[in-house]
Amino acid sequence: MSFDLENLVSDLDIRGAVLYYKGNVDSETITKALDLVERKLLVTREAPRLRKKVYNVLVESLQNLYHHSDRVPRGYHAARPDRFGLVVMEKIGRGYRITTCNFVSVVRVKELEEKLTRINRSTPEEIKELYKDILNHQEITEKGLGGLGLLDIARKTGHRIDFRFKKYDNLNTAFRLSAVVAPV
Amino acid sequence: MEPIIIEGTPKTPSIRFDAKDGVFEIKGRSIPENSVEFYKPLNEWLDQYMQGPLDKTVVNIRLEYFNTSSSKCILDVFKRLESIHRSKHDVEINWFYEEDDEDMLEAGEDYDSIIKVPFKMIEIVE
Repeated sequence: MSFDLENLVSDLDIRGAVLYYKGNVDSETITKALDLVERKLLVTREAPRLRKKVYNVLVESLQNLYHHSDRVPRGYHAARPDRFGLVVMEKIGRGYRITTCNFVSVVRVKELEEKLTRINRSTPEEIKELYKDILNHQEITEKGLGGLGLLDIARKTGHRIDFRFKKYDNLNTAFRLSAVVAPV
Repeated sequence: MEPIIIEGTPKTPSIRFDAKDGVFEIKGRSIPENSVEFYKPLNEWLDQYMQGPLDKTVVNIRLEYFNTSSSKCILDVFKRLESIHRSKHDVEINWFYEEDDEDMLEAGEDYDSIIKVPFKMIEIVE
């Protein structure tokens, strides 16, 4: 099968990207990516408020890959089968778009789609209340806290989260998530 | 009771909790992949402190960034402080945020609405 996660980002400006990475996402990779982006944002003299928002959204996006990427499908080329993903950060107008792609098991697609649809239909106030409710009432697991990362991205960006699923085979689906951080 | 002092790293905050003066501080960045592991010794230390807290405990939170898994761990710290406050001991939480950092201010307000402990929002003007 010739499908690659890159196929999901073919409409993005990868060549001019501030950050582009495809591979296994471990703690060290995340540290390096954050360090690189932080330095680039300082060099380009972005306003502190935008810089902080971008950094926050990037942290949650990368850690989503780290905690929630399912194993790559059998036969898909990857150095290691776990925690495999792709991240692109591009300059869009005066803001930034952060896109991640990874594989999810088909059994998780419905729940994830419902979660994102609910977030996108909610008002900022509803997102805030939902965030506080999960924060206060759910137990944390090794993987985090019941979708709090997605809610945080929605809250910090103030925009709807763009997402797309593409069936890979009967067991695996490729998943793309994009959020735009605009200047405030 | 020995203080708990942890040096900060690019992903974890510096910690200084001292039972002698009742001043506790969390400072820096809290964005580790496994926050539970990082905050566990801190909460265990607080469980011990709760057995005989000082009349007044002051907590200074000076965070530049924190991720969502840390947000729950920080809430667990605050819930222990709330218990101390309920047992008729003074507890004050100072939540520092940088000028114009509305997201950090909002995060402090979230905690303030959940935790029944006096919260003071302090803007750091550069």
